[in-house]
Amino acid sequence: MWTVVACLVPPLILSVFIFGIQTLIITAVSVVSCVAVEAASQKLLGRRVTVSDGSAVITGMLLAFVIPPGVPYLLPVLGAVMAIYIGKHLLGGIGYNIFNPALLARAFLLATFPVAMTSSWLPPLHDLAIFSYLGTHVDAITTATPLAVLKTQGMAAVVEQFGATSNIYTTFFLGWRPGAIGETSGLLIVLGGLYLLYRRYITWHIPVSVLGTIALLTWCFGGPTWFGGDPLLAILSGGALLGAFFMANDYVTCPTDKTSQLIYGVGVGALTVLIRLKGGYPEGICYAILLMNPLSSVLDGWFKPKRFAAPAGGAK
Amino acid sequence: MCFVFLTQTRELLFDMTSLLTFPKGGVHPPEAKERTASLAIETMPVPDELEVILGQHIGAPCTPTVAAKAEVREGDIIGEVTKGLGVPLHAPVAATVKGVFQSAHPMRVSAPALLLVTNSEIPAVRYSRLDWELCGRDELLKKVHGAGIIGIGGAGFPSHVKLNPPPDNPVDTLILNGAECEPYITADHRQMLEFSQEIVEGARVILKILGIKDCRIGIENNKPDAIAAMTKAAAAASSASAQITVHPLKVKYPQGSEKQLIQSITGRKVPAFALPSAVGVVVHNVSTTKAIHDAIVLGKPLYEKVMTVSGKGISRPANLLVKVGTRVSDIVAYLGGVTPALAKIVMGGPMMGFAISTLDIPVTKTTSSVLFLAEDEIDTRPHSQCIRCGWCVEACPMGLEPKEVAIHVEADRAQDTAQFGVFECFECGCCAYVCPAKRPLVQFMRLAKMKAKR
Ligand code: SF4
Ligand code: SF4
Repeated sequence: MWTVVACLVPPLILSVFIFGIQTLIITAVSVVSCVAVEAASQKLLGRRVTVSDGSAVITGMLLAFVIPPGVPYLLPVLGAVMAIYIGKHLLGGIGYNIFNPALLARAFLLATFPVAMTSSWLPPLHDLAIFSYLGTHVDAITTATPLAVLKTQGMAAVVEQFGATSNIYTTFFLGWRPGAIGETSGLLIVLGGLYLLYRRYITWHIPVSVLGTIALLTWCFGGPTWFGGDPLLAILSGGALLGAFFMANDYVTCPTDKTSQLIYGVGVGALTVLIRLKGGYPEGICYAILLMNPLSSVLDGWFKPKRFAAPAGGAK
Repeated sequence: MCFVFLTQTRELLFDMTSLLTFPKGGVHPPEAKERTASLAIETMPVPDELEVILGQHIGAPCTPTVAAKAEVREGDIIGEVTKGLGVPLHAPVAATVKGVFQSAHPMRVSAPALLLVTNSEIPAVRYSRLDWELCGRDELLKKVHGAGIIGIGGAGFPSHVKLNPPPDNPVDTLILNGAECEPYITADHRQMLEFSQEIVEGARVILKILGIKDCRIGIENNKPDAIAAMTKAAAAASSASAQITVHPLKVKYPQGSEKQLIQSITGRKVPAFALPSAVGVVVHNVSTTKAIHDAIVLGKPLYEKVMTVSGKGISRPANLLVKVGTRVSDIVAYLGGVTPALAKIVMGGPMMGFAISTLDIPVTKTTSSVLFLAEDEIDTRPHSQCIRCGWCVEACPMGLEPKEVAIHVEADRAQDTAQFGVFECFECGCCAYVCPAKRPLVQFMRLAKMKAKR
């Protein structure tokens, strides 16, 4: 668990340089709240307190990573209660919660604080002035995310606002674009994910199927003409990478069988593209994962590991 | 990134081209064999008293054939099986019988045993080479039975039964198991180095009994010296009627499990609940093969055992040749006592063995090691709820779902677990080894097997 935390630290540090020091404060508030709520819930429900396993810390970091950098500090606290008390301990308990707690909390915040959650995007900083947003009234400086621009104004506007076509990929890959706290730096997320793969904490099945589906479907349906979409941009924008490497494959809420995982990953990818292109929100991976979560156990019920060898004669 | 992919690809190619292995599941626990791998087998002096457990093997225990105060020579029969499956029991030393007492037992808590007091006035027995090649199959089989040979690497299945497969299952291959995949244990390794010719001759005896000529010796690739020694001995002893070959195996636990080993070497899969003879194979451990050699070529029954004593908790780790019935406490005394680091004593390997709480347990024919483990050699973290990571499912070589079984047992539904194939579980411990929540999955499996209906 602590290895996953370590993999989330580099994107967090980078976010300080992109959006300013308040990302660190939001993350700290979120982590502390999650750990506190975890301990309190377990006390309250008479269960063994397990905060030292690091899972509440991960939830806290992921929760902060998926909210905009300009939100009031109260939001992560409420999110933590939603994620840990309701999402994790009431809806199942450790190992049995159905929904990814961090994403459930994000969905809850989006529903209750729609304005703060959809408009507190900050334009990236360029001169390491990491304290410049502190204390300012965020309404004055907010901007729109690339996916929102893409949705409302089209590709030309994205290029105009976020850089020339030639270097837009580099900019996005490094993370200098508006977005949620921890989702923007593709490079560091991919590196963290590859490290987890290398250490065999995760397997390739879910990240590859999610990202592959997003790329394929965006290429087919995401452009002005058929097969005119931009698959690379689709993967680099929004929370696609963070979702694919750190959220869709959360052990508890994803299937355990490899075939189930591939189907699940394709489902997450397809729903993401569907919401992005046809739904009311510019970004869809959060809801896509939440929608697929309850199907995990269904899929696992269908696909069973292959037994070594059946008894002779077929009888059991 | 490239580096990672390159190494993985290389591993993959390497797997496919040179080393044999089984495809599904398995784990790589630290081998921890270096402490004893280079120590020659050492004969432990005979202790003053021996406790010979009457039930050494699967099946009914022996009934004593000697009364209290009787004097027996080394190798005399002291117990016989009256009904059912079994083999006779022999006196490990020249001794005076004291009687039948209850002995501590690692799995059965306690078991009846004959207590023998060493008697040095009785003359020693000498064994000399016999000309076994003239014996017929039935005579050889009878001698294997009479010498009390059982599978000493595993559960203790009487060997003469394995050597006499049912006529409707023709056997074409003999596999000798030299994988020794359990961490720490080096007893088979040393036997293969020091008795390679004896093992190969034992293999020829078995080939003759089975009436076949193909013998394949599987050895994990972490024992190159044993592979070399066995290859040399096998080449020297092979003939048109006995083709003995050595097959290096990939280092992966449980490579030495019978079904996995058969699949690694022959590609055949033994069906659930069937014996290896169902796919035309008979498997014997190399140490058992050495015992068969001793029985047939020297006429010496099985009453000694090569075992590994290791771990940070023992002053002097060793590979010992001991008499069956030697108490662990005598072994500890001989090896200079335990160290302050000692935290747990395990009889058998760390993956499949049983923790013991007393040193008064005697060695049996199937004891391959006693491990004195320190705090840092065991995992004492408390277990928690399953997080559904699925690692246990991936690690299980039998393709089972330990997590589901564990959840059912915890929910008091152990009787419904037959659907998960719990009876195919052979308690290798791979699932528990990988579980990040440290769940005692093997114990859950055992409970499930007790309650579930076949
Ligand atoms: S102990 Fe049983 S369930 Fe666990 S890995 Fe081994 S065979 Fe599978
Ligand atoms: S390895 Fe342990 S935590 Fe993971 S699924 Fe299996 S039982 Fe659950």
